[in-house]
Amino acid sequence: MGTKQLVSTTINGEPSQFLCEARQSLLEVLRNETGLTGCKEGCNNGNCGACTVMLDGQPVNSCLVLGLEVDGKEIQTVEGIAQENELHAVQQCFLEGAALQCGICTPGFIVAAKALLDENPLASEEEIRFQLAGNLCRCTGYDKIIRAVMEAGKQMAETTTS
Amino acid sequence: MKDFDYCAPDNLQAATALLAEHGDRARVLAGGTDIIVQLREGLRSADCVVDIKNIPELMVLDYSSSQGLTLGASTSCHRVYTHAELPTAYAALVDASKIVGGWQIQTRASVGGNLCNSSPAADTIPALIVHQASCQIHGPDGSRDVPVADFCTGPGQNILQSGELLVTLQLPAPAANSSSAYERFIPRNEMDIAVAGAASWIQLDSSGETIEDARIALAAVAPTPVLATEAAESLRGKPANEESFAAAGELAKNVASPIDDMRGTTEYRVHLSSVLTRRTLARALARIQQGQG
Repeated sequence: MGTKQLVSTTINGEPSQFLCEARQSLLEVLRNETGLTGCKEGCNNGNCGACTVMLDGQPVNSCLVLGLEVDGKEIQTVEGIAQENELHAVQQCFLEGAALQCGICTPGFIVAAKALLDENPLASEEEIRFQLAGNLCRCTGYDKIIRAVMEAGKQMAETTTS
Repeated sequence: MKDFDYCAPDNLQAATALLAEHGDRARVLAGGTDIIVQLREGLRSADCVVDIKNIPELMVLDYSSSQGLTLGASTSCHRVYTHAELPTAYAALVDASKIVGGWQIQTRASVGGNLCNSSPAADTIPALIVHQASCQIHGPDGSRDVPVADFCTGPGQNILQSGELLVTLQLPAPAANSSSAYERFIPRNEMDIAVAGAASWIQLDSSGETIEDARIALAAVAPTPVLATEAAESLRGKPANEESFAAAGELAKNVASPIDDMRGTTEYRVHLSSVLTRRTLARALARIQQGQG
């Protein structure tokens, strides 16, 4: 107990290693050991989604994953979504649509929304609301978030067909 | 979180040896969506956490229309509901898997873990019951099979003995002219814990007019998920229509003995038992008629 183990992963496409105790969650490790403070601790029990990251291509609540569980796995955080100084459509639409106020939920929403739109860019409003039910927002009332996601989806669909 | 040792064995023998060695100071880690919260909040404690996701038998998902489904205890809800054939073969289980928490939970949470957490309000357990799932359990003294209907013994309690591990769930091949459904009542639209839930399964005769067989199980209205045996048996030989379903719904109330709490009163939960029974029977029928059964 109290001993740290070495974990080797790929984070946002780059090899990354860190030491962590068994009891440290992936959320704690990302924020405190790797300096990737994009993911946030909103509830620490899997209800709010502010800690959402991609693990081997699937969105997860990083507060419910142990740091030791990700050895050999691939992680993508919100920091890995923009490409070469160009914001992703989801990020751009959040900005232009004013889909954030305090911004605490925003990294989790962006990671989850991008994952949703990658699979289904023309998802309906109902599908988006259902699929993003694991992301909670206390500020916006969700309306502008959903509109931003739908707009981003439209742009992503147009990009793939043009 | 209080510290613990973490082990990730890659075979069944090593896992059961660890669980036997540490007894009730060991906790199994599958998806982590229940146990990590509980460890953090002090509801459960462990000196040794045994991650079972590297054990191949626990991660399987094998389905054929002749052999049925073998579902590893750690296989995620997400893998269940995104499978091409399971939404038709085990509609109630897929209904339930889609609403255990949200997307980020479903990519990690397992049906086996939902069962072993043994909440009376667990969504997948009534579905497993009406699908007649059985549990393959491995322990220091060997293996045993237990019907899922006998698995839970009380809130958070089940028949697993110290050192035992749920390995797989086995669901029989779907019968012809049958389908199922699971529905729950929650105050919000998503993410809640069931105030009441019902899973129904029906099989029609070859005419498609008469119910040959039925099974109904309820969530969150008793200390464990519970079979509404009388209600289900009353449907045999009855016409497959709203009137039969309403009558079964009334009978289902008799097995509901819910608590009164902030999520719902006893009276409301009993009422919901009949409504959800009726609705899931109707949905199962609609699925058969639409060729999904």
